[in-house]
Amino acid sequence: MGIYSCIGAGLEEVRDALYAGRSGIGIEPERSQYGFRSPLTGIVPVPQLKGKLDRRLRVGLAEEGIFAYVATDEAMRTAQITPDYAENNEIGIFYGNDSSAKAVIDAHMLMVEKRDTALLGSGAIFQSMNSTVTMNLSTIFKLRGINMTISAACASGSHAIGLGYMFIKQGLQDMVLCGGAQEINFYSMATFDALNAFSTRVDAPTQASRPFDASRDGLIPSGGAASLILEDYEHAIRRGATIYAEITGYGFSSNGMQISQPSAQGSVTAIQRALDDAGLTPADIDYVNAHATSTPQGDMFEAIALDRVFGAVRPLISSTKAMTGHECWMAGASEIIYSTLMMQNSFVAPNINFEQPDEYSQKLNIAARTVNKELNAILSNSFGFGGTNSALVIRKFR
Amino acid sequence: MQRKDIEEKVTDFLIEELEVERELILAPAEDASVELLKTDALLKDDLGIDSLDFVDIVVIVEREFGFKPKPEEMADVRTLGHFIDYIESKVGA
Repeated sequence: MGIYSCIGAGLEEVRDALYAGRSGIGIEPERSQYGFRSPLTGIVPVPQLKGKLDRRLRVGLAEEGIFAYVATDEAMRTAQITPDYAENNEIGIFYGNDSSAKAVIDAHMLMVEKRDTALLGSGAIFQSMNSTVTMNLSTIFKLRGINMTISAACASGSHAIGLGYMFIKQGLQDMVLCGGAQEINFYSMATFDALNAFSTRVDAPTQASRPFDASRDGLIPSGGAASLILEDYEHAIRRGATIYAEITGYGFSSNGMQISQPSAQGSVTAIQRALDDAGLTPADIDYVNAHATSTPQGDMFEAIALDRVFGAVRPLISSTKAMTGHECWMAGASEIIYSTLMMQNSFVAPNINFEQPDEYSQKLNIAARTVNKELNAILSNSFGFGGTNSALVIRKFR
Repeated sequence: MQRKDIEEKVTDFLIEELEVERELILAPAEDASVELLKTDALLKDDLGIDSLDFVDIVVIVEREFGFKPKPEEMADVRTLGHFIDYIESKVGA
């Protein structure tokens, strides 16, 4: 696994931030000057790769691709996959990404100025395409298996893992690099800000993301990248790989309703399908990493769905977006890493800023503070525009 | 522009921007304070410049020398020396 996010660079930093309930949210004043309603954002510095990665491998990387490279580099190291191993074995890639706005806008602005495509350079095309992350990572890490980007709005990362899991389960691949990447620059978030979906609690940025809290007023956009190596069990054992957790269930559904409208029933269908696939009942789930982004509507529908599925069982629930903000295309993958870190270290990360429940969230067992607890089975939800829903179940490896 | 200035600019962008290794472009002279340009170095085979790099070279030459190299004029440019000759033919004093 590898992670690069606003709460830390690398697994150790992120584990500590999750345990401590540390927020990665801040203010980018340029957003207000650019015309944003809200300048709140996850703060994710863009790493410099000059000197670390060959120029030809670097020039095609847009911002989210740089994040994805850093996360994947850590994932390859922790999975003990050397460049030589990758070149001689078939590894696939399913990675969630649904925009490369800055690269497209940068090229457009250059065209307005120069009126000449010859002056765009060689990297612009490879940075601008929606599959920019997979085309670059497969080249850099010499991947030779299935190779494609999954675009499913804010469920992209989760579906990417679900599809990697299915490919392995079907015996089509032994190893698949899965994950999600999200650019964070303000060009990429302006159209989302236009929907009045972002919190405007600018006086207290670290308290602005408050999933399930009665006073929540919107989400905080965030970004980075999360990478996981999914591997067939026997293959991992033979190779002597470190096994962090087992993916045992994937569920999906589509709401078929208005484009931005969440649905309790759509969420229930995906969750139920994931539980069935894992062969688990609601009572077997120790912790739910909720999708809850801190929007009034979305959190309400998820709370209704969770109550409908779990009822009196009341597993511990938290939304790590309280600390990270909404990592959009990346979220479904990063939240599997956050959940796995909790499982490995036996704790539930807090849903910080949850102070006052509303009518719906009062029915849930929300962890407002860090809870030390052994976790054997975790459910992770991801929902996106267009009504796409994904749910994943992971289990502790024994 | 003087040939010496052209050589300096080309050397700089090859090393700094295209990240060509310095020793592939410059050789030490007898006088240790100067380096000699390897004008016979083949752009493709010796310096490892590929077709995508040529796309970036067009952008850099336009920025540094104020003209846009045309692919048909660059067809015979094979060595570092040819490349500098070509630029000199466009912007030389």
